[in-house]
Amino acid sequence: MKAITLRRLWNGFIRQIWMVIATLVVLFPIYFMLVSSFKTQAEYIVNKWGLPHSLLLDNFNTALAGDKFFLRFANSTILTVGSVGISMIIACLAAFAFARMEFPAKRFLFNLILSLMVVPPVVMVVPLFVSMVRWGLVNTYQGTILIYTGLLLPFSIYLMTNFFQTIPHEIVEAARIDGCSTLDVFWRIMMPLSAPALVTLVVVNALWVWNELLIALVFMQKDELKTLMVGISALRSRNYINIPATMAGLTIATIPIVVVYLLGQRYFIRGMTSGAVK
Amino acid sequence: MRSKKYEPFIFLAPALIVLLLVFGYPIYRLVVLSLQHTEGGQTSFAGLSNYQIIFQDPDFIQSIQHNLTLLICVPIMVIAALFLAVLLFERIRGWQFYRTTIFLPYLLPITVVGLVFSYIFQLSGVLNDMLNGLGLHFLALDWLGSTKLALPTLMFVIIWKEMGFGVVLFLARLMSVEEELFDAAKIDGANWWQLQMNITIPQLSTVIEFFTVISIVTMLSWVFNYVYVMTGGGPGHATIVTELYIYLMAFQYNHLNLAAAVSVLLLLVTGIFIFLELYLRSRSEVMEAVG
Repeated sequence: MKAITLRRLWNGFIRQIWMVIATLVVLFPIYFMLVSSFKTQAEYIVNKWGLPHSLLLDNFNTALAGDKFFLRFANSTILTVGSVGISMIIACLAAFAFARMEFPAKRFLFNLILSLMVVPPVVMVVPLFVSMVRWGLVNTYQGTILIYTGLLLPFSIYLMTNFFQTIPHEIVEAARIDGCSTLDVFWRIMMPLSAPALVTLVVVNALWVWNELLIALVFMQKDELKTLMVGISALRSRNYINIPATMAGLTIATIPIVVVYLLGQRYFIRGMTSGAVK
Repeated sequence: MRSKKYEPFIFLAPALIVLLLVFGYPIYRLVVLSLQHTEGGQTSFAGLSNYQIIFQDPDFIQSIQHNLTLLICVPIMVIAALFLAVLLFERIRGWQFYRTTIFLPYLLPITVVGLVFSYIFQLSGVLNDMLNGLGLHFLALDWLGSTKLALPTLMFVIIWKEMGFGVVLFLARLMSVEEELFDAAKIDGANWWQLQMNITIPQLSTVIEFFTVISIVTMLSWVFNYVYVMTGGGPGHATIVTELYIYLMAFQYNHLNLAAAVSVLLLLVTGIFIFLELYLRSRSEVMEAVG
């Protein structure tokens, strides 16, 4: 008996070691970003990865003041709110048709939309740019929101169709008998019952738009239209870099994501894995 | 009754219009552009000559080679993610904390991650600082600045960021496997290794396939952000990838037609993998129905 317990303890210990190594590797860059944002430049040079001497907030001031930080933040917010909101409504309407209506070529159309999920944005950039120039939509919020909305739709339609299918038919039929029109069924029954799925959808899509770089780089070129991620990506090529201030900027850009993740973890995990696990 | 027949299309219309504008028409334009030649504002039909030109461009060949090299990440990610997911599934102490942490990188912006890592891997960066502190001066290398090491360093960052998705995916699937399967095998005297080989891996086969296909598509066509932020394709052309090649061709050198030709090829390659995934999926659905 004793040998078995010892062995079990030992196995548990080995497992913990593996997990601790993985966690340290994962957390180190985040830790490094955080502690660096509190250091002065002189301190950073001699003490690159240790804890800071004091909780200096100057870097955050520098980061927020410099490089039109608030403007970039606002641009990212406008694009995120606009495209996530519009794509959610459009996707739910389409998902309702896929989940609860019969029409010709339904299966084919659904699979076609599904396959668009994996089309890499870079493939679409060249022709979209040509079209957007022609339509006069380059360097506009509307144009970029249109592109993001389109790119978000396939996943959104897929997720919502799957969810709508799980809503019992009886509820819908009962509402029908009470005289609800199709639109009533959609607004008053399907949408309220889908609140958890909608939260997942919003969270996953918002994260994607917030983090997106390529489309923003190409379609929001004017300085006053640049997004937060485009602004950040430009920092690397600078000749002179104030690393602690940069890190403070990165920290500010990351904190909203981490906070939302820790609050709504299950929505993230459910949304991200919904493509593969039923 | 007449309105009923059109009803589905009223609900579908907004989505279809947006999809046509953002996918349908541009894909058509893309194919046309790739077959055209533009000079001094004059557009003419060029047949397949754009495709011939890019295949003679050593930069393009190099880009493809780099994308193929990135595929090495796929087996590493699958195996490591499986291992971590199994450990978490065994409910080791603190597994929920570990799951939260390991998934975190997947959510962070690549732009931020890339920038932080480029300060870590700088010649005078944190990693070399630590290595020198430990007396390992010979290991303190120019991680992103040398042609040999830049691509492997990028691969490390890609794995760091993308692996958490696999762990969470595998863990979610494992949790839906019936406990009895594992219990029965344990009663039959299966050891840890046999348990994984005979129960875990077969039970996870569909998600493993899914994650493998998704990761392959990622390595071939979703790594632009890493490269753009961390190396810009350099040093020299040591880390140029197909996506960056398209971007530079189109927006740096103004060869829209050549960029379009590369885009068409990339679309075809990802298309193959999309169909592979759909096929694997339909096959597993059939299996579920039969078994």
